[in-house]
Amino acid sequence: MNTAVPADGATSGASGVRSLAASLWGLGPLLALILASAYFTTQSDRFLTGPNLSLVVQQSLVVGVLAIGQTLIILTAGIDLSCGAVMALASVVMARLAVVNGVNPLIALLLGILVAALFGVANGVLITRFDLPPFIVTLGTLNIAFAITHIYSQNQTITRVPDLLGILGSTFRIGGTSITYGTVLMFALYVLTWYVLRLTAAGRHVYAVGDNPEAARRSGINTTQLLIAVYLLAGILYGIAGWVSIGRTGAGDPNAGQTDNLASITAVVLGGTSLFGGRGRIMGTLIGVLIVGVFRNGLQLIGVESVYQVLITGILVILAVIVDQFARKRQL
Amino acid sequence: MTESVSPNNALHGQSNIASGFDSGNRKPVLEARGLVKRYGQVTALDGADFELFPGEILAVIGDNGAGKSTLIKALAGALVPDEGEIYVDGQLVHFRNPTDARRYGIETVYQDLALAPALDISENIFLGREIRREGPLGSIFRMLDKRRMRDESTNHMRDLKIGIRSMGQAVETLSGGQRQGVAVARSSAFARHVVIMDEPTAALGVKESHMVLDLIKQVRDRGLPVILISHNMPQVFEVADRVHIQRLGKRIAVIEPREFSMSDAVAIMTGAMVGEQVPTA
Repeated sequence: MNTAVPADGATSGASGVRSLAASLWGLGPLLALILASAYFTTQSDRFLTGPNLSLVVQQSLVVGVLAIGQTLIILTAGIDLSCGAVMALASVVMARLAVVNGVNPLIALLLGILVAALFGVANGVLITRFDLPPFIVTLGTLNIAFAITHIYSQNQTITRVPDLLGILGSTFRIGGTSITYGTVLMFALYVLTWYVLRLTAAGRHVYAVGDNPEAARRSGINTTQLLIAVYLLAGILYGIAGWVSIGRTGAGDPNAGQTDNLASITAVVLGGTSLFGGRGRIMGTLIGVLIVGVFRNGLQLIGVESVYQVLITGILVILAVIVDQFARKRQL
Repeated sequence: MTESVSPNNALHGQSNIASGFDSGNRKPVLEARGLVKRYGQVTALDGADFELFPGEILAVIGDNGAGKSTLIKALAGALVPDEGEIYVDGQLVHFRNPTDARRYGIETVYQDLALAPALDISENIFLGREIRREGPLGSIFRMLDKRRMRDESTNHMRDLKIGIRSMGQAVETLSGGQRQGVAVARSSAFARHVVIMDEPTAALGVKESHMVLDLIKQVRDRGLPVILISHNMPQVFEVADRVHIQRLGKRIAVIEPREFSMSDAVAIMTGAMVGEQVPTA
């Protein structure tokens, strides 16, 4: 009695064009990274060498790990301003416990990560249970973490950390290039996060919650629990970033990470993840992190003042947000 | 008796419905008795009854404030009534949330809130009910079986004769009617007992509305009874087997579209047709 409902030809055509445009935009960040790298290769003989590229990655490690947590949170349509401050607190807790209090380095490490995880849970609970905006909650916890860091550390950088805490700065060699364990850890975390987001139900729920929380709730997803889990996981990642930071500088530094919150958001946005939630790729964030790193390094190599790197990053961020907004309007 | 209501015996009010509609010995799939729901001073449901029989499309109509959506929310588990009982297949149930109702095979299609636009069709159909890979990949590594979910989605969509080729395309690339098709496929795929459709055509154009009405008939013809909430009388009279009329928090009548006109239904709904014409409880 019913005829088949045909696919709307016009819609399918338009959707074809759109999905092509979407996949091209998906390649945009990668293209930008390749073009920037190609440009700097022509401008400096030193750019495309193993040691230099290894340096680019090492300079990007802390923000790179923070940006994983930031991506998870932004995918849920949230934002986290506290990540850099929480990272600094974790690194100071680890270093101080181990160096000043003589705590076993492994336990100091875990306690540092635990402190960061607690901040994550606090963010998540305040946002979900009290229905507060993530921007304001994390602005508050940013200040709290910053203050606690400075009170607890008495404003002192803690050096001479035990081996375990500094291990992520140690290197091994591939060919003539030294690679830090921190680099390996960061890439491993990206691959792990990619797997969870793409191939597990929990990962798809993260997207669904950011995309349409009401639909997610009505599909039987416990959105409160999921959001708290996301902020907790982000906190653990910030703790790990604190460990990476100690490896990088050899110290627990209360002044570390003060602009890392904005740097991590920059990387996420450059990587093509929508600030409105529900859309984006974790590997895009990795590319965003590397874009910032390549510009910083390349401009240094060709002798341009570092302030121009900031200028270019600013322009790229605005460009990325314009394209995101444009893409969203087309889709609605 | 007046001429406006005829034949009179086809009009079933609150009082005589319980003794058996023309359903013969059929037992209701979903039944409610004396539902009451109060919000402060406002009584949204004032002892409402409800019956849904196998294989039918039951439309629920009523003016704004008649308690129509409160009734449906109670049946879908979206709210807990203050008084009254709900039975599924004759068994007394207590729904605390929509997930409870879903466990009893009752699925709801919402007007526009049910889909995640950036996710693809099969991800939306299986959202919250994902299938994992067999063996350790699924149990230890929690890996999803995307191929199986896409294949099953394709089957559901084909059963409902929705012509969409790729289950991997994002829902936001679909037209409004196709999106509603995905929502219907999602619900009917998992519903074992009842599909509730809350104003499924409200946001759609004429052509797309017809596509969705066809879908509703498809779902019924596949053996699932459907509750259709709608403001659109012509659509109600086109697809419904019976029409439940809600007024002032109660079920005031149940009519069959072939025996009553649309204006009769509206008159009962608004209270213009009262007294002897409509046996109220």
